[in-house]
Amino acid sequence: MAEQMITRDLKVSFGDHQAVKGVDMEIRPRAVTAIIGPSGCGKTTFLRALNRMHDHTPSARVSGEVLLGDRDIYGDGVDPVELRIRVGMVFQRPNPFPTMSIRDNITFAPKRHGLAKGKALDDLVERVLRQAALWDEVKDRLGASAVGLSGGQQQRLCIARALAVEPRVLLMDEPASALDPTATQRIEDLIYELKKDYTIVIVTHNMQQAARVSDYTAFFYMGLLVEFGETDGLFTNPREERTEAYITGRFG
Amino acid sequence: MSRSVAPLPGRDGRARRHLRQRWFRYATGALALLVVVVVLLIVQQLWVQSRPTWSEWGLGFLVRTTWNPVQGEFGALPFIAGTLLTSLMALLIAVPISIGIAILLSEYAPRRLRDPLIFVVELLAAVPSVVFGLWGIFVLAPLVQQHVMPVVAASPLGLLPFFGEPGPGYTLFTASLILAVMIIPIIASLSREALMAVPRDQKEAALALGATRWEATRHVVLTYARGGIFSAAVLGLGRALGETMATTMTIGNRVNLTLDYFQSGYSMTAIIANELREAASEIHVSSLVAIGLVLFLISFLLNSLGRLLLMRTHTPGT
Amino acid sequence: MDTASAPPRALRLRLRHLRDRLLVALCLVALALAVIPLVWVLWEVVGVGVRHVSWEFLTTLPQPPTVGGGGWANAIVGSVVVVGMAMVMGVPVGVATGIYMSEYGDNLLGKSARFLSEVLAGLPSIVAGIVAYGLIVVTMGRFSAVSGSAALALLFIPIVAITTQEALKMVPGHQREASFALGVSEAATTLRVVLPAAMGNVLTGVMIATARIAGETAPLLFTAFNSRYWMEGVDRPTATIPVNIYSYAISPFEHWHQQAWAGALVLLAMVLALNVAARTLWARRARFMAGD
Repeated sequence: MAEQMITRDLKVSFGDHQAVKGVDMEIRPRAVTAIIGPSGCGKTTFLRALNRMHDHTPSARVSGEVLLGDRDIYGDGVDPVELRIRVGMVFQRPNPFPTMSIRDNITFAPKRHGLAKGKALDDLVERVLRQAALWDEVKDRLGASAVGLSGGQQQRLCIARALAVEPRVLLMDEPASALDPTATQRIEDLIYELKKDYTIVIVTHNMQQAARVSDYTAFFYMGLLVEFGETDGLFTNPREERTEAYITGRFG
Repeated sequence: MSRSVAPLPGRDGRARRHLRQRWFRYATGALALLVVVVVLLIVQQLWVQSRPTWSEWGLGFLVRTTWNPVQGEFGALPFIAGTLLTSLMALLIAVPISIGIAILLSEYAPRRLRDPLIFVVELLAAVPSVVFGLWGIFVLAPLVQQHVMPVVAASPLGLLPFFGEPGPGYTLFTASLILAVMIIPIIASLSREALMAVPRDQKEAALALGATRWEATRHVVLTYARGGIFSAAVLGLGRALGETMATTMTIGNRVNLTLDYFQSGYSMTAIIANELREAASEIHVSSLVAIGLVLFLISFLLNSLGRLLLMRTHTPGT
Repeated sequence: MDTASAPPRALRLRLRHLRDRLLVALCLVALALAVIPLVWVLWEVVGVGVRHVSWEFLTTLPQPPTVGGGGWANAIVGSVVVVGMAMVMGVPVGVATGIYMSEYGDNLLGKSARFLSEVLAGLPSIVAGIVAYGLIVVTMGRFSAVSGSAALALLFIPIVAITTQEALKMVPGHQREASFALGVSEAATTLRVVLPAAMGNVLTGVMIATARIAGETAPLLFTAFNSRYWMEGVDRPTATIPVNIYSYAISPFEHWHQQAWAGALVLLAMVLALNVAARTLWARRARFMAGD
């Protein structure tokens, strides 16, 4: 299921401003890759380039290559809709669809993609809610509005919703930054579970979180990938001075 | 005290200073109060002038069907019916078109095209109603009579009781078409604002799940903004009900209680426009004003409803 | 993208994209349906009107339909006077109400004024005419230009009040605080600091409201009424362009129909010029404010 992603000389600019300035990176399958760096370093912009979310920002320009498996997702004939079935995304703020029930939030995409119907769809709902560790809390009120859930529950619903299209890669943009410590803990546990089956890329400004959940860590600074390596090594023995300055809290 | 310091203001001085600080607030407040008074004045005027009619027929006036100034027999139903029929048909035509325009402008149009297009749609709102009426008399009505009504009558729609034999050019149908054109700008621009107020992360969530742009718009953006779109339609309906000149010039001005859009009819605004300046008897004037009062109440209710809904749409429906 | 996408899914995807494009096409049709009448009206008014607008039309009094010729000079003057008087009545009240609602309106009066202004903005224009008729025409015993102006002022005030309020709200709060911190009074702060900063948008609102009432016909039918002569005073009936368009259009005379088109061209030119001017002014201000 899980697939690797490779970026080659990936650049993203908005108008005159270049936010990502040529990044080469190899994202391993069945592992968690954390992206850290001070605000404005381009980490979210980089993440959003991995499922072509910049297509919908008129001023954004993307160049370079992003390989999913062995195919460039910016190449000719690649359909962004189909790409996003394989590369899912969870956003910074929980954004369940407020006009839909919990169940409909999950079935929205599988129905469009024709992934399942009837009993199979019910099974899918249960499976992803269990994967997201939300099933026991909501199984009796699947028809209720998603707005009634707590912030942490909403975010787990968003993760379940993303899993329901059976992606290979899951991109997470600071998924716990709007949550309290208990909810954060649950999300982190969840990420640990999910990496058995998925390739996960998580952007975070919280270094402890990166150290806790990730296998690999990338440090971004001013639109550049400064250092990339196994999380243990990067935090205990950084090769770059700027990385050390950042992880020891001297800036950012 | 070697230096002379202004004494602290006493009670008198404080009051004067208070007034000097605050007179402007009170002055503008008085004029704002005038706006409130004006609304009360409108209600009072409409009520006082229409009282003979209410004491003669009571609320029965609303369902009486005769209108005969010579014999002093008055009833509002044909006009209420004509107004409702034309306004609802106009709404039926205008709402889908307006939503289409709003979607195009908020979701699809590139920025460079968006502003000029918004400008054009707003210009449509600026064309005076009497100019639409003029165009309605000499261009639209003949066209509708010769080319549109026969086609509708021959189509499956012709089986409905609403579309009988094609009649003259000046009909409920022609008036509905003009009204639709006239209310599209307001419904479209309010709907566009509602769509553009939908948080970006909602649309992105749908797109990130692999929805096409249309699916994201239809299932997420449009449902999120449905309250705003509904209030846009309500405000558009209010506008259609109160529209006078274009209706008067195209509806046919015949007292005729019918459901058939292909016949001439009358509207509440048109009867007032046509007869108030020539009405001789007190009961005639008061019956016209009574129709005006009903019109005012309906439009007041619709506008209040629309505005209240609009205020509430910032919190999404559950 | 790879072999995992089974044929049905690929087909389904293609259908979804097709539907996406189809519905965008439908939206384009909707836009066309709104724009076509606009272009059509402009086309007819300009095409027919321009053939019948002449120096005589703009500068002479109407002639009986049997005589031919003649013009709408009295109606043009009448419109300017009636609209001008409505502005004299409406601008102070509208702007002051807008100021109160924006600056001091966080109370019952402010909220009521705001709500009623919104509701009044949707008032059927003919109702404004009925009110002016009852208050002024019936009392004075005759139709008059000033009663027409009063009716138009009823429509003018809420628009100006709302746009003024919105314009003032766009002025950043720190400008007020800076002024208050210097011990400047409320009146001076509003009139010398806040209002000048918002002046462009306030003027835009006034111009749009003026354009709106300049084209109003229904409230004038039984207030300003009509006249074939020069206006003899503001307490007398007067011709106006919109009412003339209406009465000439429904007359049985071909010659008068042509004059109705000519009048429509004059009216439309005035109204659209005001709108275009107002909106370009607004657009420039808005861009300037969002500039940095």
